[in-house]
Amino acid sequence: MLAIFKRELRGYFTGVIGYVFLVLFLAVAGIIFSYTTLFSMTADSTSYFTAMLLFSAIILPILTMKSFSEERKTKTEQLLLTSPVSIPSMVMGKFLASYVMFAGALIFTSLYFLLLLPYAAIKWAVIVGNVIALLLVGMVFIAIGLFVSALTENQLSAAVGTIAIIFALLGISLLTSLVPSNYWIRFVLDAISIFTRFHSFTNGYFELSSLVYYISAAALFIYFTIRVYDRRRYN
Amino acid sequence: MVKAENLVKRYGSNYALNDVSFEIGAGEIVGLLGPNGAGKSTAMNILTGYLSSTSGAAYINGINILDNPIEAKKYIGFLPEQPPVYGEMTVREYLDFVYELKKVEFDREAHIKEILSVVKLTDVKDRLIKNLSKGYKQRVGIAQALIGDPKVVIFDEPTVGLDPKQILEVRNLIRNLGKRHTVILSTHILAEVQAVCERVIIINKGRIIADERVDELTKTIEDGYQHEVRIVGTSSAVLPALKRISGVRSAEQLSGRDGDAFIYAVESAGSSDVRRSVFNVCAQNGWPMVGLAPVGGDLESIFIRLVDKSDRKISGGKTER
Repeated sequence: MLAIFKRELRGYFTGVIGYVFLVLFLAVAGIIFSYTTLFSMTADSTSYFTAMLLFSAIILPILTMKSFSEERKTKTEQLLLTSPVSIPSMVMGKFLASYVMFAGALIFTSLYFLLLLPYAAIKWAVIVGNVIALLLVGMVFIAIGLFVSALTENQLSAAVGTIAIIFALLGISLLTSLVPSNYWIRFVLDAISIFTRFHSFTNGYFELSSLVYYISAAALFIYFTIRVYDRRRYN
Repeated sequence: MVKAENLVKRYGSNYALNDVSFEIGAGEIVGLLGPNGAGKSTAMNILTGYLSSTSGAAYINGINILDNPIEAKKYIGFLPEQPPVYGEMTVREYLDFVYELKKVEFDREAHIKEILSVVKLTDVKDRLIKNLSKGYKQRVGIAQALIGDPKVVIFDEPTVGLDPKQILEVRNLIRNLGKRHTVILSTHILAEVQAVCERVIIINKGRIIADERVDELTKTIEDGYQHEVRIVGTSSAVLPALKRISGVRSAEQLSGRDGDAFIYAVESAGSSDVRRSVFNVCAQNGWPMVGLAPVGGDLESIFIRLVDKSDRKISGGKTER
């Protein structure tokens, strides 16, 4: 697992994806930060993190699109799959490499709030809570990205497919507003909505059930990815 | 060391492998020979655990590759049809990665250095793999398979796409590997098997049609060896003379002419070499011989002959009963 993790992480920087990801992430986060706090003359972080959630939904699929599709296309996966490495540890190695990229970029950009220090009282607890929430949501997005990447040989399809799934999941929260609040479907939709759960974090609440939800959603897609590889040997 | 037990791989109603069994001992160099699409790659992919079989089992060093893949894969070095190299890494970085991936416990510097020199890659070890020629990439693939000094090395078409000099180098390399490893290689070139292997397993359409020592295969090929002879002279005189030569099983005139020469097919009985006698007969009679060439030495006709032979064995067995 460690070998694959290290190779993936280094792979981001021997190609262009790592640089593109970091540059875009830092630049767009900077722009969002400027508009949501500096220009709006506020230290409130809610809109910053909401925008960052949507931005992650687009940028993370680009980070994960190559993970498996490229290996499949160039047949390098034959090396991984005939080496004494289990499929789960191969998938986890790739997951962790993408996750480290994301977490590093996110934590770095969150330090932008230090800029506000001279001008306003900052609610650090809220910011830390939001960062944790984004770190959790990122786990889910990356797991979805890896799963879709394992399904195709084409990077672009992997990215587009991942974005589509993520936005479908985010769209569930739009549906909830159409359903009367006393209806049981509303309860179910709220429970599985990534967005609704994220908002309890942005508003400063920490819910254990949300933590469990995000971790299980990520685990589910990682499990699907492992199954894709298990199944492929039989076809 | 390697054992295949009734391997079947089915895609829909197509059989890529149909009841393939063999056992390969330690230190053997075995060639899997067959035309493209015969099932060689499928067999190798199953042995290395990349694919699973529809039924049957594969064992490496006595370990079932499906039941205990991680343990079994420790004993395998595999070069797939397309070398599994990452273009954006240097040769050295790549081999370091494979070393870590396979959790090898030898002294890293010495081990990688040795492999680099065995496959003659030392000069290019700091170059990006994507900038290397096909021959070098293939060697990187071979180097990768040797990391960890696995007991079994499996090469899928190791000389495809190489130039003649590189082919000789790779064949020499493989022959040397046979001293320390069990080697399985696949090829569709008969000469390659004869040059490198001790034993050959011939696969056609997913079935094993022959499994024998290479010198015995050579005998099979030479049994009833045919030559095409071109002789100037009256065919009514030449043909009976050819038939009278001892060691000639049959001779017939083929259609067509080569200038003023007629073309004959001469089949020898058993493994006797009739070329000298044919020459002498022509010389004594003053018939200029303008051509003498073996026919039927190519893979296709050997297949046909082997299939015939195995059919004959089967029908022979039935009549005995």
